[in-house]
Parts: sequence; C-alpha cells; structure tokens
Amino acid sequence: MKKETHGIQFPEPIDGSDFDYIRDLVKDHTSIALDNSKVYLVNARLLPVARDAGIESVVALIRHLRSRPFGDLHYRTVEAIVTTETSFFRDFFPFEALRQEVIPEIIAEQRGGSRSLTIWSAGCSSGQEPYSIAMILREAFPQLATWSTRILASDVSRAMLEKSKAGVYSQTEINRGLPASLLVKYFRQNQTSWTLNDEVRNMVSFFHHNLTRDLPVLPPVDILAMRNVLIYFDVETKRLVLDRIRRYLRPGGLLILGTAETTLNLDERFERVRFGRAVFYRVRNSETR
Amino acid sequence: MRALIIDDSRAMRTILRGILVSLDFDVVEAADGRQAVGILTEDHDFDLALVDWNLPEMSGLEIVTEVRKNPRLASLPLLMVTTETEFERVAQALQAGANEYIMKPFDRGMLLDKLVMLGIPVETKKA
Repeated sequence: MKKETHGIQFPEPIDGSDFDYIRDLVKDHTSIALDNSKVYLVNARLLPVARDAGIESVVALIRHLRSRPFGDLHYRTVEAIVTTETSFFRDFFPFEALRQEVIPEIIAEQRGGSRSLTIWSAGCSSGQEPYSIAMILREAFPQLATWSTRILASDVSRAMLEKSKAGVYSQTEINRGLPASLLVKYFRQNQTSWTLNDEVRNMVSFFHHNLTRDLPVLPPVDILAMRNVLIYFDVETKRLVLDRIRRYLRPGGLLILGTAETTLNLDERFERVRFGRAVFYRVRNSETR
Repeated sequence: MRALIIDDSRAMRTILRGILVSLDFDVVEAADGRQAVGILTEDHDFDLALVDWNLPEMSGLEIVTEVRKNPRLASLPLLMVTTETEFERVAQALQAGANEYIMKPFDRGMLLDKLVMLGIPVETKKA
C-alpha cells in the first residue's frame, strides 16, 4: 500500500516494531548497531532485496522475514544493510603514506631480517582497498617479489567477498579513484565492465571474517586497514574490536582507520602517528599482546 | 588557480565550471579544439586543462598532442573528460600525453579525486 501525493509515491513508512526487528537482526548477525536515524538507509537498501524476492514493498519484506525462521532472505537482508561503498585509493593520502613512507620503512628495517610483509584489509567490501595496495606493491616495490608478502582481505559479507574475488568492476567503480595509468596496465575491458588481471588478483587472499566473533589464526600483521568499520559499532563493540585486532599487529605495526574514526578515548594502547596528510595508529611499545 | 575547460557542450561546461569555481579556480572556456589550442598557445598561465574528446575543428586527442609539442606547456596537467569509454581510447590519450582520464557520466567526488591525483591542492569538501 503506497501513499500518493501529487503524483509522487512515497514508500510506506517502517514502523517501530518492524524497525526494531531489522535492528535486532543486524545486531545479532554483525554486531552493527543501527539507530533510529537509519530508517531511510534501511528503506533504500532493502527495496532492491524486496524487488529481487518478488515482494511488493520493504514493509512486506520485513513482515515476510518476521514470519519465518532465519534463511537466505534474512541473510541477504543483513548483507544489503551492512554493505558499504568503497573505491580504489579511497581518500588518496593513506595510500600515498604507504607508498612514500610506511612500506619503505618496513623494507629498510627488515632488509637483513625476516623479509616478510603482511597487510590485512579488514572490512574490504568490494575489494578495491586490498587491490589498491596490491597495485602499489607491484608498481613501487618490485624488491618485495623475493619477500614473503601477503595481502589478506576479509569481510563479513559473503556476497562482497565473491565480488571481490571476481575483480570485476563497473565503469562507475573504475572512474572513482583509480589512476588511468593503472586502469590500462592492470585491467581489461569487457563491454561496460572492467576486470582486474590475474597478476594483481592473485596477490590478495580473501576470507570470511566477522570482527566481533571470529579469531582466525594469522601471521603477525604489519599494516592493518580497517576503514569505515568502527563507525557502525557502538562504543563497547568498538573497544572489543580494537582490543582483538591489536593482538594481530606486529610490535610497531600500524592500524589505518577511516577519516572519521579514531582510537582516542576507546583504546589508549594506540598512539596517533602522522604520515604526510594521513593519520595512522601505532600500538604503543610493550602493548602488542 | 586557473583552468581551461574545453567542451562543445554548454551544459557540460556549466557543470565543470560550477565545480571548479567552488574550488576557487578562475575558469576560461573553449567550445572547440582550434579555439582551445589558440588560447593555450597565447596564455601559458593555466594550472589545468579539462579536455573533451569529440569536439568541432580538432579532437581532444589532437589538442593533447599539440599541447605536448609545445615545450612551454609540457607540464600543464591535462585531464580528459569524455564519453569515450573504450580501453583503447584511454591508452591512446595517455600515450599522447594526457595525465588523467575521467569518463562521463561522473560526479563531483570523482572529479575531485582526479584533481588530487594530478597534484592539484583541493579541499575535499563534498558539495
């Protein structure tokens, strides 16, 4: 049932108990806390899910979900809400910091040592972040070819992981943040989509990971990018996630957060470190484990 | 900073001008290729040129080629802004000396990203 005003159709509003149901569903499966300001987001994200399922409206979709045990449609609903947009070389400056300062420093420090470099992109969404890092390594640090170099990438959404692994991007996605020189060097075109070549795709290992639940066994991480993930969590969950991921970092390892995120007042075991126009967070000495 | 917008579509010039003016650029416009090359030959004080591909008189690719022949314009940042979306076109433009390439349609954020890539100091305040 839709209200109609001067020919403009407005979606039926999601009422309190329907929104509560969606909020609990998302919280139970991802620990992401939706507040009441997210009603519009829920509406916008769930409309395509409802259409795909042949259900006439978002409200009808929620009623359908409420009347059934957790299944594929519930899963797709959660994924549609928690999936975030990303882009190649998002915010630009963190990647410049990696290329100009951070990775050269790691290479200099470890030249005579273990010669290993592990980078983890946690909450990688559709894969542009780990692939941007892979292209930086390929372009600027050919010496790493003889190192033990790993780029790990994880996300809570299995659909996003599948998209990431495929490495296929739309014109809109390659138009956003990707230098043209890297486009012609590492992508091939297939009509309106662009596919990343195997050379770069094979540099990244993807795995499913829920930051609040899973404790995978990983090698010590030098650089952990977890950008625009904490913003979705309540304070308690932010602290829990920071505490967990800190244990994965090598002594002196760096955490990269989104531009609107910080460890300040959440976890004092991290200190802010500025690299050019980017701010990263380093685990204070003796606080790694 | 000053920018030259080269596009035969008045609507596109207006969109680009709006974005650049909001970034404190002074903007000059050219509606065809020959006019654009004329302006660039006379006036070397631009910090950026935005170049459409399909233009009357002279194509964007020809403009890029001409500009790069002129030693006084060797370092002028050239950004192709075009509906040409074929792999070969991007490669051709870079080969000819374009610094960056953006495909239409685009949004303000995409254009700002390209300006940052070109080393142009922009405050990334989103409109």
